[in-house]
Amino acid sequence: MFFIQLRDLFKSYGPVRALNGLNLGVPKGSLYGLLGPNGAGKSTAIRIICTLLDPDSGHVEVGGRDALFEEKEIRRRLGYVAQDVAIDKILTGRELLQLQGDLYHLDRKHKRQRIDELIQRLDMHDWIDRRCGSFSGGMKRRLDLASGLLHEPELLILDEPTVGLDIESRSVIWGLLKELRNKETTILLSSHYLEEVDELADEMAIIDNGKVIASGKPDDLKKELGGDRVTLRVREFSDEAEAESVRKLIKNINGVSNVVVNQKQGYSLNFLVQSNDVISNLSSHLSKENFEVFALSHSRPSLDDVYLQATGKTLMDAELELAGKRDFKLENKKSMR
Amino acid sequence: MITTNPSISKDKQSRNDLNEMLQEISALTWRLFIQLIRRPSTLFAGVLQPLIWLLLFAALFSNAPIDFLPGSSSYGEFLGAGLIVFTAFSGALNAGLPVMFDREFGFLNRLLVAPLRSRSSIVISSVIYITTISLLQSFAIMATSALLGYGWPTLGGFLLIAITLLLLVFAITGLSLGLAFVLPGHIELIAIIFIANLPVLFASTALAPISFMPQWLGWIASINPLTFAIEPIRMAYHSSLDLNAVLINAPYGEVNGYSCLAILFILTIGLFFLIRPLLNRKLA
Repeated sequence: MFFIQLRDLFKSYGPVRALNGLNLGVPKGSLYGLLGPNGAGKSTAIRIICTLLDPDSGHVEVGGRDALFEEKEIRRRLGYVAQDVAIDKILTGRELLQLQGDLYHLDRKHKRQRIDELIQRLDMHDWIDRRCGSFSGGMKRRLDLASGLLHEPELLILDEPTVGLDIESRSVIWGLLKELRNKETTILLSSHYLEEVDELADEMAIIDNGKVIASGKPDDLKKELGGDRVTLRVREFSDEAEAESVRKLIKNINGVSNVVVNQKQGYSLNFLVQSNDVISNLSSHLSKENFEVFALSHSRPSLDDVYLQATGKTLMDAELELAGKRDFKLENKKSMR
Repeated sequence: MITTNPSISKDKQSRNDLNEMLQEISALTWRLFIQLIRRPSTLFAGVLQPLIWLLLFAALFSNAPIDFLPGSSSYGEFLGAGLIVFTAFSGALNAGLPVMFDREFGFLNRLLVAPLRSRSSIVISSVIYITTISLLQSFAIMATSALLGYGWPTLGGFLLIAITLLLLVFAITGLSLGLAFVLPGHIELIAIIFIANLPVLFASTALAPISFMPQWLGWIASINPLTFAIEPIRMAYHSSLDLNAVLINAPYGEVNGYSCLAILFILTIGLFFLIRPLLNRKLA
């Protein structure tokens, strides 16, 4: 049973298409990871689920309710931790939580009790009565998370919650998310950190260019690749023609599959091998055709390999590529109410 | 079997709605006052600027012929009403700034993602805050003016001043909040505040009566909302309270006290209806 369901979601910012027919189902009580480079459409999808943004077209259902028409009911049920921490620098941390409690109409006793619990749980007691303007990034993020959890939401949505955080804050946040997942809170977490999604998510989707290109359990996605990941270079910087010749050669070797030419990494070749024997035979196959092995690495498949398999580029390369295309001014303008 | 009277449960629901709305309005207003207490420079600057004007302008024109100042015995006394209104006007014109900063820094999103009973609470809390501040600043000018010997209104006059200022503050606050949602950023809003502030003051009867102005400026002053607020307040200070009395000898005709208040009222309502669809759209 899905707690969040997005169907054929489209959204554009001027000429830039942020969502391009996004379909997504988040099971109830799961911790669901959205993985993708910055600019892939994760934040736009999240802002639509949180009722902060209307899609150009498509359908959004949260907890069995239509999020585009029953916005108030949706807001009551969700907690949102935004990518850019928006806190009032003049208020103290405790005052911000009190304000949040009033905006969610908690009664005085319940509000105080929840604030005390969260201060304790997120280890904020040493600094909670200081003004927010003096907080580090990690403190702000913990406070923001406490704000999102104050009213005990059924659904917690976190947009890149650990970007730029210190190890201690990241560990506190991860610990709390695991605890919430065990209590059956549905959590939607967007991230471009592979290890974060790998560590936390029960299920995940990879978003690229505004649509889901792969989804499932992280382990299953890695297993689906069918073997270990090998990266091969026959020269330090090959050209396209050479890489293509090597690709044609090795794709016919028994036990090799999913051969991809990674243009961004000097036309290296990425592929899967079913066993170590295949790697042993690789050099002989290559030398027969006058190719040398300049560099070869072999690893267990990661989520980056899943991404690479689906898009032909690594997550890092995709980020660099998208960073140049994004119009941050236009995005900020469009996201301002 | 237990049955519930639907009218009682409906009544209980609407009482609950009202309580929730009061809770969110008081929390949002409280936030604005905490900001003010911890960062009081804007409050003091808002009082200090008109006070400096009062002292300097009153001194500058202290030897001006009294004849051109209807109903006043000194320029300082004449100036008082204008500066009270100017203080309230400036304060209200700045009403949009906190909202604009909340938009820019994303705090507004925090409010919009909360299940507010009504998003009007965001606007209402701003109006309560700005009205209180503007009135406090205006009364500080009144008190200083009294200390300088420029008089103090009667209770009826005080009431008239409060009503007049409230109407003006509501109208200008609405306008400023509307601008805060339309303009792209605080730079543009501050630019408009800078452009509007002093010309609107000079093109009113705050510093000089219409009879003293060239005809073109007299026309502008006699349709300037500030003039319709200044003249009833000047009356509250300097003569018996008679709203039937002609307060403005405008080029288009005479305007009495009732008409001044009616114009301010219509302006407030007009601006409210003009801005409401915009706020509904932005806060939808």
